Amino acid sequence: MKKLEEKIFKILMIGSTVLILSILLYILYVIMKKGLPSLSWDMISKIPSGGFYLGKEGGILNAIMGSLYLIFFSVVISLMISVPVVMYLNFTLRRKSKLAAFARLTFDVLFGIPSIVYGAFGFTVMIYFGLQASLLGGIIAISLLIIPVMIRSIDEVAILIPNDLVEATKSLGATNYETIKVITRQLLPGISTAVLLSVGRGIGDAATVLFTAGYTDSIPTSLTQPTASLPLAIFFQLSSPVEEVQNRAYAAALVLTIIILTLSFAARYFSRRLSKNKI
Amino acid sequence: MELMTAPSIAEQPTPKAKSSSGCLRPHIEVENLNLYIQNNHILKNINLAIPDKSITCIIGPSGCGKTTLLRTFNRLHDGSVDVKITGKLFVDCEDIYAKDTEVTHIRKKMGLLAQRPCSLPMSIIDNVVYGPRIHGVRGKRKLYAIARHQLNAVGLWGEVKDRLKSPASKLSIGQQQRLCLARGLAVEPEIILGDEATSALDPISSKTIEELFLSIKDKYTIVLVTHTLRQAKRIADYVAFMYMGELIEFGTADQVFNHPKHKLTKEYISGGFS
Repeated sequence: MKKLEEKIFKILMIGSTVLILSILLYILYVIMKKGLPSLSWDMISKIPSGGFYLGKEGGILNAIMGSLYLIFFSVVISLMISVPVVMYLNFTLRRKSKLAAFARLTFDVLFGIPSIVYGAFGFTVMIYFGLQASLLGGIIAISLLIIPVMIRSIDEVAILIPNDLVEATKSLGATNYETIKVITRQLLPGISTAVLLSVGRGIGDAATVLFTAGYTDSIPTSLTQPTASLPLAIFFQLSSPVEEVQNRAYAAALVLTIIILTLSFAARYFSRRLSKNKI
Repeated sequence: MELMTAPSIAEQPTPKAKSSSGCLRPHIEVENLNLYIQNNHILKNINLAIPDKSITCIIGPSGCGKTTLLRTFNRLHDGSVDVKITGKLFVDCEDIYAKDTEVTHIRKKMGLLAQRPCSLPMSIIDNVVYGPRIHGVRGKRKLYAIARHQLNAVGLWGEVKDRLKSPASKLSIGQQQRLCLARGLAVEPEIILGDEATSALDPISSKTIEELFLSIKDKYTIVLVTHTLRQAKRIADYVAFMYMGELIEFGTADQVFNHPKHKLTKEYISGGFS
């Protein structure tokens, strides 16, 4: 009887792993099959020329650069906000602090808010300040989207930091600031994972940038200009009736996937290097 | 129950104290110290002068306040809001709980060895020179010299000299404890505090640490909290016995172990309770 139970669970576990893996592979297969033929050097090195969306010359460099700008600045801003928040939650407030518990609950709620809501919220704020759809607007909306992700995932690691480490540093005569620097070293692998997660969530999201960043055929040169992004490039091209343009949507999806995969591997590599000194 | 208070400074064995500033107290002197955690009276009116340049062991059953007392010496309770402290604690004649006392400067005078060694998340050499570095020592060569000197002092140099750049966490736990001692010594303290510093170590490593304490006691004032009476017997010059938050007896090791004045001390030492 026991043996049968073990067997059923083993099959279940293997089954779900295989299921997930095959779905991932199938997605990759579909985008490669449809996207690869349309993926050319022009595609990733040129901005759209007139009639691109009707199947003529050009590429999606505007969207690639737009997405990279958006995610880079959002991640930098979010890190500057998230790390201090986590430090405050874990090392200034007490372990059982009610404020910390309430803050964590709030971040969980924010985590669960759909991205379109952030987009709509960002849009309202922009209208209030009289801003147009712009790179800045997109950066703010994406930051709002990924800050909860970042805080929660760094927090998970920060909770595990032993109090001994804080005391060991302090007993050497370190100030609070110096102690926080040591803690940050210990947190680095966690921070790199957090960055990876938020890049994944931020770069692939179409709803947040739809109203806030807009869409344009050129690469933005200032924060106030609108900017294109890969998810929207996919969205617009896929809704075209022209088959060639639809295939280009898959090529854009392929580019987005490649960017995310590259960043993931880079993050894993750095995470391993950074955890070298971890205690 | 009648409790004996700690002997006053006058009748203490050899509380010699002279620091450069002309301070006439020993390095550490506790006066009427009381400590409360959430209104629980944890340390009750402690009076204690710790003799310089010798090993003082604080012994007593679990929960008697040994560790709490030790942590008051370098103000490690500062972070906890629940803790209230009254009384005076002098380190080199400076009342460390006075309002304008700067805490980092007090902590710099003491090296702390925790129960479990806690290396910093950096390389071996960076661990040792962390203290000097935050206190403003610069220059690669100078820092290397400090690291070499201190690692030699704890007998670790030979074992790690070829891998100074590798992570400290790769060392064995005994080596890490010696590394932590070297790290503490590198800030040039006058006092070393040990909070059951050998309890997480294997017998051989703890023996090494004990021998280290013995070899450096002519330069430092060492205060150890220990759970093992045998360890106190092996290395202590002076012994303080605590029970239920009170300091019951303080004296030379010989006196406390062989001719305890107090009934409770006698009972504890003969293994009546633990």
